[in-house]
Amino acid sequence: MSLEIYLDLFSQPCRSVYIFAKKNNIQFDHKKISLFEGYQYSEEYGKINQLRKAPALKDGDFCLAESVAIMLYLAEKFHTPDHWYPADLQKRARVNEYLSWQHSAIRMHGSKMFWFKLLIPKALGVEITKEKMDNAVDDLNASLNIFEEKFLQDRPFVVGDQISLADLVAIVEIMQPVGAGMDVFENRPKLKAWKDRVRAEIGDELFDEAHQAILYAQETVKTMDPKKMEHFKPKILRYFLS
Amino acid sequence: MVRTCEAQTRLSKLFQKMSLEMYLDLFSQPCRSVYIFAKKNDIQFDYKKISLFEGYQYSEEYGKINLLRKAPAIKDGDFCLAESVAIMLYLAEKFHTPDHWYPADLQKRARVNEYLSWQHSAIRIHGSKMLWFKLLIPKALGVEIPKEKIDNAVEDLNASLNLFEEKFLQDRPFIVGDQISLADLVAIVEIMQPVGAGMDVFENRPNLKAWKDRVRAEIGVELFDEAHQAILCAQESVKTMDPKRMEHFKPIILRYFLS
Repeated sequence: MSLEIYLDLFSQPCRSVYIFAKKNNIQFDHKKISLFEGYQYSEEYGKINQLRKAPALKDGDFCLAESVAIMLYLAEKFHTPDHWYPADLQKRARVNEYLSWQHSAIRMHGSKMFWFKLLIPKALGVEITKEKMDNAVDDLNASLNIFEEKFLQDRPFVVGDQISLADLVAIVEIMQPVGAGMDVFENRPKLKAWKDRVRAEIGDELFDEAHQAILYAQETVKTMDPKKMEHFKPKILRYFLS
Repeated sequence: MVRTCEAQTRLSKLFQKMSLEMYLDLFSQPCRSVYIFAKKNDIQFDYKKISLFEGYQYSEEYGKINLLRKAPAIKDGDFCLAESVAIMLYLAEKFHTPDHWYPADLQKRARVNEYLSWQHSAIRIHGSKMLWFKLLIPKALGVEIPKEKIDNAVEDLNASLNLFEEKFLQDRPFIVGDQISLADLVAIVEIMQPVGAGMDVFENRPNLKAWKDRVRAEIGVELFDEAHQAILCAQESVKTMDPKRMEHFKPIILRYFLS
């Protein structure tokens, strides 16, 4: 197969690409990689994606990084149904608005919760101060409030009656802190209802399959060898705690 | 017949001008990209100048335009939109701007999207941080940044600029090839931010400097310089800023950058 997609389903943007491709019956060679084992730093992977992140795609000779770019590429190339990225000017603008905002909002704060609550203490053996943890929870809640009040409001999905890339990208990011044991849906019935709708639209089986790794994270992390994580411990600590 | 057509064109341009409002503060990088893009493409708009330092984004009035409390934002008739990338893609489509800004070609468009996505958590964050660390936090908020934090921030920015040169630009005139695109525009306004703080990011980076000169020439030196006037005078402006006026968002800023 000429379309290869490099994915680690622990990673939120890998899950959105995986779900999008599977849901739309796009045939691809699923290259499973492990970010925790540092595969992204290998010489081999550097030829696929110099940005050293996942997901990445290789379509013939064409290599592409960044989940949003990848999904837009696949949507166009494989003529996926319009609702994923509507041709309507204003609906498309709403999807783009979410896809842009989320990088420095839900993505950042959801990801941080996962590192703070689980990976840094359990896999790197470093405790996070209560103040930092409380700030991180506050930030995530602020983003979730904006998500509910501005992006979702009283609509079934972000753009209206149908699921789009905005919902897909949102759901995979929101599931990340869930994997760390944080019930983001507690006291958020509207968010929970939206999540149930999104899961139903994607298909329960596909959604659950994509999220299996992250939902077992609390168990998996017990079996992680801290020595294997040593090589990027300084990087992680500097990124999150400096 | 001709006079009627002319009248109709004038009328529709007038409506166009009146119906599209853009809320911009040119101190802000994403505001500059939207401003440059609209001006370069002769898109008529009602220019609503706002001041982020004075906290206008927190007003009730602005909340009706943009609940995200950031700039830029546009209001096209009843349609409000935030996020510079979304705004420029909307304008590109609505006003049928030349193809090179956001090429229809699948792979070229993917390259633009790849950059527009990556930059949020790379050059944008690190470039922005330099202005705050070197200028605004010490001079306008009166708080010193520890040397270690500044060194880390400089390192992060350099790492992003290295990636920009090695992966996104390489030996091409522009990111996607021979022509300027939204990727170059978004990149240049972000890279100019630390310059405003007195940091010469082009020193020892001849490839980057050459690219910057090309981008400035393509945009038009007058438009580029006009858009960047505020940020390039930042070191002077900050001397006249009243720290008391910044008090209201000092805790937000300190928490965001220093916690």
